[in-house]
Amino acid sequence: MTALPETTERKLGLVIDLDTCVGCHACVTACKGWNTQNYGAPLGDDDAYGAAPSGAFLNRIHSFEVQPDEGAAQTVHFPKSCLHCDDAPCVTVCPTGASYKRVEDGIVLVNETDCIGCGLCAWACPYGAREMDPIEGVMKKCTLCVDRIYNEALPEEDRVPACVRTCPAGARHFGDLADPDSDVSQLVAARGGMDLMPEQETKPVNKYLTPRPRDEIDVLAPFLERVDEGPKGFLGWLDRALERL
Amino acid sequence: MHPAPSLIFFSTLSGLGLGLLAFLGLGLAPTEGLTGLIFFALAFALTGAGLLSSTLHLGHPERALKAFTQWRTSWLSREAWVAVAALAVMGLYALLAMPGLRLAPLGWLGAVLCLGTVGSTAMIYAQLKTVPRWHQPTTPLLFLGYAITAGALLSGRVSWTVVLLIVMAALQMLAWRRGDAALAKSGTTIGTATGLGGRGRVRLFEPPHTGGNYLTREMVFRVGRKHRVTLRTLVLVLAFALPALLLLLPFSHWLAAVAVISHVVGMLAQRWLFFAEAEHVVGLYYGQSAA
Ligand code: SF4
Ligand code: SF4
Repeated sequence: MTALPETTERKLGLVIDLDTCVGCHACVTACKGWNTQNYGAPLGDDDAYGAAPSGAFLNRIHSFEVQPDEGAAQTVHFPKSCLHCDDAPCVTVCPTGASYKRVEDGIVLVNETDCIGCGLCAWACPYGAREMDPIEGVMKKCTLCVDRIYNEALPEEDRVPACVRTCPAGARHFGDLADPDSDVSQLVAARGGMDLMPEQETKPVNKYLTPRPRDEIDVLAPFLERVDEGPKGFLGWLDRALERL
Repeated sequence: MHPAPSLIFFSTLSGLGLGLLAFLGLGLAPTEGLTGLIFFALAFALTGAGLLSSTLHLGHPERALKAFTQWRTSWLSREAWVAVAALAVMGLYALLAMPGLRLAPLGWLGAVLCLGTVGSTAMIYAQLKTVPRWHQPTTPLLFLGYAITAGALLSGRVSWTVVLLIVMAALQMLAWRRGDAALAKSGTTIGTATGLGGRGRVRLFEPPHTGGNYLTREMVFRVGRKHRVTLRTLVLVLAFALPALLLLLPFSHWLAAVAVISHVVGMLAQRWLFFAEAEHVVGLYYGQSAA
């Protein structure tokens, strides 16, 4: 089972817009919540209410600073979860067959009743997308909310991953990246979506959209004269009178 | 990585045991009678203790049998198969050889399987592109070399051991040199990790959380430069120089015993470094800079 499928019928995945993400961590919380109550073992925590809490999360937001050669530095909030790679190294290293990639939609999953908790898959993933559950001793990872997206018991607008449904900035998009006409594929084409660590040759399905250059809005700035030349009339008199004091 | 004691003991002890078993299989160590029994017992005890300690770091050791299923793709699964085959073949060989019926071809097969086990263990690390320091041909060479050296040392092949110690010291230094440059050579940087490298210098501004997590505890571990130099010197002295020197003196069992102890302690230090120095590329997301 840990042999990867040649191709998958669909490539379900996320497109994450680094231009729009405001780093609010709402998706982190939504993910933790959904995956604590649904698919597989609850996402465990160690010392949850103690002095040094630490737990398993499937989605985490890092923040980076980019300092260009010239001009101001920029902060980029950077959500990171499993990229459901086409050439997923985490799957092939698994000795038990617990890790697998689905032929029908390309989702990479862990069968928790087969996992021995050896941790090798987490070592094989370059992105840090897998974390061992501290309570259950099995490997946890993003399921792309496989228990939401096909769930007919949910209203249609909820049949997307919890992180996508929650994001208040609309920075996360979900769809089939194998279909060139899908919204996500169009978005990737329009914005030049990129792979993380392409040199690791994992062929990630998830794509990232880079921040738009910040200076573009200033192109017309020199043509905009200051309209407000200071108060006139009574207010102007008052202003001048006060200044003389 | 965080150098877990269970992994250090596993790889050291099983390396020693399997190396000695390979020598016994090739008929290069005494296999008959009481001496044979002592040698086989030592080799099986070391290997067994090593293999047992490797199951200690599993989250679900009771499901360990499932690890035999994925030998087509997984080195860990292959290791499980080859290890069991090596123990079975060598067990049969030992039972026959001790009373004096040494089946040479069975021993050869056993020796190949023993070294195959060591090689598979090494491949578990060497296959990981995510740890450039391990993703090198020197990794399997080192593991095999250490096992063969231990086999020669424990079976009392003095002149072989001295030659092997010298060769291994050179190989170890080469592995460190290549390893130190490996992350930079791999091309993976915080720039490619974030895809933002083309826009300027990227640094972690804020980690995802204030505490640690599984990844930072397991994989983002740093050995200080000073410690590194001390420990590497210790490995070269204890694992190679001192044993070689002691073996070159007129032979005595005491000196040989000290040579063995020194080599084993040096090997433990080497394995600690092997794990502790491994830089996983995920460290880049957590603000670890290239060394
Ligand atoms: S991001 Fe990591 S865990 Fe997810 S498929 Fe790729 S290698 Fe596997
Ligand atoms: S931790 Fe579980 S899923 Fe990962 S490689 Fe080991 S057995 Fe497979």
